[in-house]
Amino acid sequence: MHQRRTMRAGDQPWVKWTLIGLALALTITMLVMPLVIIFTQAFSGGLQTYLGNLTDSYTLHAIGLTLFVAALTVPINLVFGVFLAWLVTRFEFPGRKALITLIDIPFAVSPVVAGLLYLLLYGSNGWLGSWLADRDVQLMFSWPGIVMVTVFVTCPFVARELIPLMQQQGREEEEAGVVLGATGWQLFRRVTLPNIQWALLYGVVLTNARAVGEFGAVSVVSGNIRGETNTLALHVELLYQDYNVVGAFASASLLAGIALITIVVKSFVEWRQARQRAPLDDQSDNR
Amino acid sequence: MNQSPSGLLPGRSSQPGKRVLPGFALSLGVSLFFISLVLILPVTGLIVQTAGMGWAEYWAVVTDERVVASYKVTLWAAALASIINGVVGLLLAWVLVRYEFPGKRLMDALVDLPFALPTAVAGITLTALFAPDGWYGQLFALLGIKVAFTPLGIIVAMSFTSLPFVVRTVQPVLEDFAPEDEEAAVSLGASDWTVFRRILLPAMWPALMTGVALSFTRSLGEFGAVIFIAGNMPYVSEIISLMIFVRLQEFDHAAASAIASVVLVASLILLLGINLWQARYLRRLQGR
Amino acid sequence: MSISIEGITKRFGSFQALDNISLEVPDGKLIGLLGPSGSGKTTLLRIIAGLETADSGRILFQGEDVTRLHVRERRVGFVFQHYALFRHMTVAQNVAFGLEVLPAKERPKAAEIRQRVDTLLEMVQLGHLANRYPAQLSGGQKQRIALARALSMKPQILLLDEPFGALDAKVRKDLRRWLRTLHDEFHFTSVFVTHDQEEALELSDQVAVMSAGKIEQVDSPQRLYAEPGSRFVFDFLGHVNVFDGRLEEQVVRQGEAWVRLGEPVTSKELQLYMRSHEVRLQSMSEAHAHLPLRIESVSLVGAEVRLELSPIGWESAEPWEVGITHAQFNNWQPKRGDQCYAVPRVAHVIEEGSGAPRTLRWQAGEMDDPAAMI
Repeated sequence: MHQRRTMRAGDQPWVKWTLIGLALALTITMLVMPLVIIFTQAFSGGLQTYLGNLTDSYTLHAIGLTLFVAALTVPINLVFGVFLAWLVTRFEFPGRKALITLIDIPFAVSPVVAGLLYLLLYGSNGWLGSWLADRDVQLMFSWPGIVMVTVFVTCPFVARELIPLMQQQGREEEEAGVVLGATGWQLFRRVTLPNIQWALLYGVVLTNARAVGEFGAVSVVSGNIRGETNTLALHVELLYQDYNVVGAFASASLLAGIALITIVVKSFVEWRQARQRAPLDDQSDNR
Repeated sequence: MNQSPSGLLPGRSSQPGKRVLPGFALSLGVSLFFISLVLILPVTGLIVQTAGMGWAEYWAVVTDERVVASYKVTLWAAALASIINGVVGLLLAWVLVRYEFPGKRLMDALVDLPFALPTAVAGITLTALFAPDGWYGQLFALLGIKVAFTPLGIIVAMSFTSLPFVVRTVQPVLEDFAPEDEEAAVSLGASDWTVFRRILLPAMWPALMTGVALSFTRSLGEFGAVIFIAGNMPYVSEIISLMIFVRLQEFDHAAASAIASVVLVASLILLLGINLWQARYLRRLQGR
Repeated sequence: MSISIEGITKRFGSFQALDNISLEVPDGKLIGLLGPSGSGKTTLLRIIAGLETADSGRILFQGEDVTRLHVRERRVGFVFQHYALFRHMTVAQNVAFGLEVLPAKERPKAAEIRQRVDTLLEMVQLGHLANRYPAQLSGGQKQRIALARALSMKPQILLLDEPFGALDAKVRKDLRRWLRTLHDEFHFTSVFVTHDQEEALELSDQVAVMSAGKIEQVDSPQRLYAEPGSRFVFDFLGHVNVFDGRLEEQVVRQGEAWVRLGEPVTSKELQLYMRSHEVRLQSMSEAHAHLPLRIESVSLVGAEVRLELSPIGWESAEPWEVGITHAQFNNWQPKRGDQCYAVPRVAHVIEEGSGAPRTLRWQAGEMDDPAAMI
């Protein structure tokens, strides 16, 4: 757009700069400073201590377990998210809206409640758990339980990213593909995927960030056994309770690093999407 | 938001069996299987567990004095946190959409930090900042205010973790707002403040309310960030999620699930309410 | 209230939107700003309203300089292209808005506001829709509500940006007639923007044709069509057939084709412009013109039959178009591929040095050869 509108509410310089100043102050105190303190605390004992804290055997095990949980959770929710998004945006059927609401439940439910739901069902007193226990299968207080609650907590992310985008894009391109004779897989791979790849990437990154950092639900079902069922987020808590603040922040700095990567990926994805739309905006006006 | 994507229009669909695109049965099967296994089955587990309790016992557990105190703390803190986020979120969304200034893109990106940062990390970080010897804690101490290890700390933690909701719901609405509406109001003689109050705010209102409601829902369930900074004193700064956790550690599964059932029902009602309210409002604006 | 536009210039970055525009709109007149997109017509309208600020120049209402006046103070009625109705307000609330935002001491009582809104809605014949939301209205209804809202402050100047652009042909015609009646009844001064020449010619007292930030010509619709002042105006108002050639001894030639002029012309390189009704088709050439053409297509559009023709033995950048009556069509039965000859009754020529076209006529007797007529 080559035009500048002159009349907009809030464009007087004093209003504008007061609001920008306020927003900047809030951003710095509430968002920037927390990041700063994570890293200053983590490095407060020097680089040696920092590395020592990270290479501690319990920490290493926690890192390994966390990555393992994420590596299982992300693909499961990726597949589910894509199928669900395809279902609710490409077809009309009774109960469609209910399904879209159902998928939001993990967002609304407290993570502690989420953990409890699984503990009640699969714990040794639970009605499924006791049946499994008779067959010597223990899911709770071991890694399968951690994976299960993590899947629960993170299952909406991919679908939530894809649904609005696929709804907005409509189904005409896929219909054109069918008319031209494409099979289901070809259609997805050649028509749908190129359109949704960036949103899908962001959904995956968000799922990953949450899977790696989940605390409440995991703490209910993990049993917090050091070197066995301790994820990185739980490890942070454990160290903190032990008054090993520097160690806790060292582990926290890894999680903060993943958070920063997530934010960077999101900015990148938004930039890509804005660029895809940009050529349309250029020729919009005749004024 | 003024145009419904074609997929949403009711009554336009082809008959079952005449579906054009492939994969209906497969995607329906996968989705239903997954949702049943991951979402519905565990919820039934809770219902079975609580149904096993007698009504009197259930009532006694959920109205226990310490539990009631935790409802109150959680509700108050979540309400205040979401109101704070309504104001702060509106400010950030407004500034990000309406103005150009150095650092804008960075600010926009940082808004997502609370969603990306694990709650436990947020918890210890906020505690470090607001503890009496922390950077902010010292400043507040000068004013004689204690934030960490008091209910005030709960509000801080809840505001932090749910900050992005309002910003991200209001931002797109403000971006899509047609400048002509503002110009029309001004050409009819409205002042800037009137334009904001009568035209912009009503346009943002549904998004703002949705954002506040989402922020409230999230705050009710927040656990990781809160427990570090709250101090967790019974009757004073114990949140409801922690109560469930405490009962679990006492191996009182029945009590834990009774309290959890209250929380679950409350959050499901909130979720449903938000969805219905949004649908109603959108219908009015789109004339359907 | 008259509007005077004096030397208005506006740039958007490197784009010259308006270049030293001056225009007088007399009190009570309805003026159309007509031009292709990018010609600056909307920008000019927005500058008159005060929604945009000019880089230089002045705007006067009834002789009073309002250039520095904020939109809020100018008290004009403005109808936006896409109506800009407030979505969250009912029709009645939309129309009442201007009255309700008046400062407390000027604001009418609530009952009076309701009364005024009712009157306005009756005027646009939509009283029964007072409690609907804009999303529940059709395009034509929205347009009328937008108009009622613009008139709520009793403006003496009404500005309309592509008022019928988004409506279908039938509704458009009805609204046009209705707007004209309204204008005549209430006597405000109106300026409207359009890119539709038919709309401009039908509705306006005067039309200002704009191109590339300049006003090409301001005239009554009749004169604009009969005596276009420039090549651009000529082209923009309806289809025109062009014969390009060199003048030698009163004859314009190109390839095998020629036209003998009846009056002296000074330029050597000539372009003759002929509207489709200024040309007739014959089965053989005429004493003053030899323009062989082949019929490329025959289309029956409404009252006339339109023939699209391509030159034989000469060249034209665009195909020729000539309209014939249905009676002629039935007599002649032209088909694709048939050959015929064009004979100009009237042609327009733009001579070097002067921008305005000159009209050339041939004496009636020269072309009344019944044997040659189709």
